[in-house]
Amino acid sequence: MKSRAKGKGKGKGKGKGKGHALTENNLIFAHPASLRDVENHYCAGCGHGIVHRLICEAVDEFGIREKTIGVAPVGCAVLAYDYWDFDVTEAAHGRTPAVATGIKRVRPDNIVFTYQGDGDLAAIGTAEIIHTANRGENITVIFVNNGVYGMTGGQMAPTTLAGQKTATTIYGRSLKRDGYPIKILEMLAVLPGAKYLERVAVNSAHEVLRAKRAIKNAFKMQIDNKGFSMVEVLSMCPTYWEMTSIQAAKRINDEVATFYPLGVIKSC
Amino acid sequence: MPKIKIDKVRCKGCYLCIVNCPNGLIKIANGLNIKGVKPAVFSGGKCTGCTMCAVICPECIIEVYR
Repeated sequence: MKSRAKGKGKGKGKGKGKGHALTENNLIFAHPASLRDVENHYCAGCGHGIVHRLICEAVDEFGIREKTIGVAPVGCAVLAYDYWDFDVTEAAHGRTPAVATGIKRVRPDNIVFTYQGDGDLAAIGTAEIIHTANRGENITVIFVNNGVYGMTGGQMAPTTLAGQKTATTIYGRSLKRDGYPIKILEMLAVLPGAKYLERVAVNSAHEVLRAKRAIKNAFKMQIDNKGFSMVEVLSMCPTYWEMTSIQAAKRINDEVATFYPLGVIKSC
Repeated sequence: MPKIKIDKVRCKGCYLCIVNCPNGLIKIANGLNIKGVKPAVFSGGKCTGCTMCAVICPECIIEVYR
């Protein structure tokens, strides 16, 4: 982890802990340099904060901060440009891959990634993501899947699990009435243009480290000009799952990851 | 000995760090912070500096020193 040279810890811990001073020299984990040191607007226990940080760590470790362009979605992460300290633009709802395509074609030397939620990518933006993958655009897509529309009040999303209670499915999602949850990665895997597809989770420290590896692999694919790469991140939404953060993290293991299997879906 | 530092003011109280600390060294504070939640605090003890608490923290407010 590249740490920001803040000097924040300097001298503050002196005298505590048997003469062990908290200085920059022994600081082993802190903010990545490209993540702004500000408070985010996400609810307690939301996975967005973790994914934001993982992207910044990947950008810093590849040393591509000056040529990275992110495209923020509509959804809970609509204000992502407030937290990333590199170039970020905003797109219309679901049209993030289309905007990223344009940027990448005009500026092929830049590293372009999109950051999308499940309401953005799997509902209104389904056409854009399928055709972007099918064209094999050399961009990276980070897809944060928490199974509800968080920003608008926890309504059912296409990725909501069967039987899951949301604001619009108060008795649980009915497969007969609402159809089946969409497995976007498996759907894109049949397209020859999609080169790297992986599903990860951020519900435990162990899974977060795996997620970071996946995000770095996806960026590496783009840096090597290998084509379309996408990482789906199973994330928690404790507020609209109506449970505590710890229960939400457990639910990913018990329910969500059993329907959306983790691991590399396609790599070529 | 390794140490962690948690920004109590910005802690939103999700307590994911508490369940992810392999040695159980993080606890819930007694008092409230400015947000009205009880922040997570480092209780001292044998921290190994594994960084698991900082890796899971959605607010990125935990610094680890070794």
